[in-house]
Amino acid sequence: MANPDIQPSGASGVSEDAAIQIIGMHKWYGDFHVLKDIDLTVYRGERIVICGPSGSGKSTLIRCINRLEEHQQGQIIVENIELTNDLKGIDAIRREVGMVFQHFNLFPHLTVLENLTLAPIWVRKVAKAEAEEMAMEYLERVKIPEQALKFPGQLSGGQQQRVAIARSLCMNPRIMLFDEPTSALDPEMISEVLDVMVSLAESGMTMLCVTHEMGFARKIANRVMFMDEGEIIEQNEPEEFFNNPKSERTKLFLSQILSH
Amino acid sequence: MAGFEPFVRTEHCPDLPPPRGQTGIVHWIRVNLFSSPFNAVLTIASMYLVYVTVVPLFTWGVLNADWTSPNNLDRACQSEGGACWSFIIVRFNQFMYGFYPHEARWRVDTAFAILVISLAALMIERVPYKKYIGLFVIVIYPFLAYFLFLGGGVLEEVETEQWGGLFLTLVLAVVPIAVSLPFGTLLALGRRSEMPIIRSVCICLIELPRGVPLITVLFMSSVVLPLFLPPGTYFDKVLRVLVGMSFFAAAYMAETVRGGLQAIPRGQYEAAQAMGLSYWKMMGLVILPQALKIMIPGIVSSFIGLFKDTTLVVVVGLLDMLNVITAATAHSNWLGTNIEGYVFAAFVYWVFCFSMSRYSIYLEHKLHTSH
Repeated sequence: MANPDIQPSGASGVSEDAAIQIIGMHKWYGDFHVLKDIDLTVYRGERIVICGPSGSGKSTLIRCINRLEEHQQGQIIVENIELTNDLKGIDAIRREVGMVFQHFNLFPHLTVLENLTLAPIWVRKVAKAEAEEMAMEYLERVKIPEQALKFPGQLSGGQQQRVAIARSLCMNPRIMLFDEPTSALDPEMISEVLDVMVSLAESGMTMLCVTHEMGFARKIANRVMFMDEGEIIEQNEPEEFFNNPKSERTKLFLSQILSH
Repeated sequence: MAGFEPFVRTEHCPDLPPPRGQTGIVHWIRVNLFSSPFNAVLTIASMYLVYVTVVPLFTWGVLNADWTSPNNLDRACQSEGGACWSFIIVRFNQFMYGFYPHEARWRVDTAFAILVISLAALMIERVPYKKYIGLFVIVIYPFLAYFLFLGGGVLEEVETEQWGGLFLTLVLAVVPIAVSLPFGTLLALGRRSEMPIIRSVCICLIELPRGVPLITVLFMSSVVLPLFLPPGTYFDKVLRVLVGMSFFAAAYMAETVRGGLQAIPRGQYEAAQAMGLSYWKMMGLVILPQALKIMIPGIVSSFIGLFKDTTLVVVVGLLDMLNVITAATAHSNWLGTNIEGYVFAAFVYWVFCFSMSRYSIYLEHKLHTSH
């Protein structure tokens, strides 16, 4: 990886006030109980990696945080705003929370630069020139400024995902959510995306990542969480989590994904 | 066995030209026309079919045709075996304007010239100030055209009873087309709304006009509708037909738009929402521009269908181009010119529809950004 000398996980840069508080939260899809009694506090500057088998509810959990999914019971408080049906609150939270998707979800009819400036111009009401300047800065940060005028369809998967990260950053979010950002990538492109995420973590961003990149989790996470069947089974510091898992289900899961 | 010999290529193989017979016209003919005995037979049969149809048509329509515009109409088109284009030439202005007064026809010409020039400016990529031209066409032009066509004030008034010909056809086509796109889009969005009342209203507005033939809509709007209005109120006949056709067109457009919306992946909605875009911004900036690209063939098909459906206004007594031509062939001077009249009408309709079709193909290519 690009930054082998990054300091190990710990309480570095983590403050005491909560960026996200989830209290007794439940969610159902029809009759199906996807998330069961979730309690989670994410402190500002904290980097949490969520793993678990597919269908365990980990994506649904982070999608509840910016209201792409609605929860039916309990409380979610993001940046001191509680998520309710109040559209203003939802909009305010979405301005502070960036999200990166498994399938990038770039807008194919817009150029890379237009993808980046769309939300700043239309949501934050930034002037076009200023938005473009900021967009170019972020493209530099994800190391693809030369692709600014291309359309997403002309880029490789890794490049598209880096553009997607830059697009989220253009809104100056205080929290970033990653929903399996490397799962749809060819193997040789995974590291370029992880490098960007590592440097983002170093800058002190509050991050929630659903991912199975365990090397990445060891390197940057303050906390690793294992979910199964809609419950949080175990959470711990990465060293403890990987070397000394407590629950049988965690042990089984880790043995399955680390056996190759 | 000695096994394989280790090998490492040190130079590139150069590109060689293809062998003879793989390119060029002979190759094309062999591959496309005579690739198998069955295809060879088909090719020869088709060539024969073209020969027996095109040659007589050409003789009738061009070689033996009468192109003069005679002063004495009794003598026109006496020759046998050729088309009588004199009929079209003499009556051309009537086919274009119907019974619109001669001295006011410049108004129709001006209005259409302005429309054609502005639309051309919008369609050609290099022209600047597109935003202002677009605003002019949407906001100012309808009032300008209304004023020029109907008159009033400084201009002499022309009642819609005098409207006719290609002019009326274009009015009956352009107005519903222009109205159907925004209203159809709103209906489609309404139908996908999560609010039950809006959704039900939109479903009714879409499914009722779609469930009946256009002829019924025209009868309803011109015969039945006045019965429900309070006595003394009068709606112009052309206006009533325009309202009916616009409803009909919007309902069809709504389903075309809905099809386009459904083709947009969920992830696009989610990405737009996650960035904090409001519903209307998400639709206007992200979803509809992409959906529109997918919908172009469907939209243009609706436009073409609508353009040809204007001929149905004969049932409520309006004289669009086809009906003016039919009426003219019944005149004693021009008996037996039905074929010429219909060929001319078909040609005009074809030119319009084919142009629309070509423009849509051009647009599809232009908007194609995913490689």
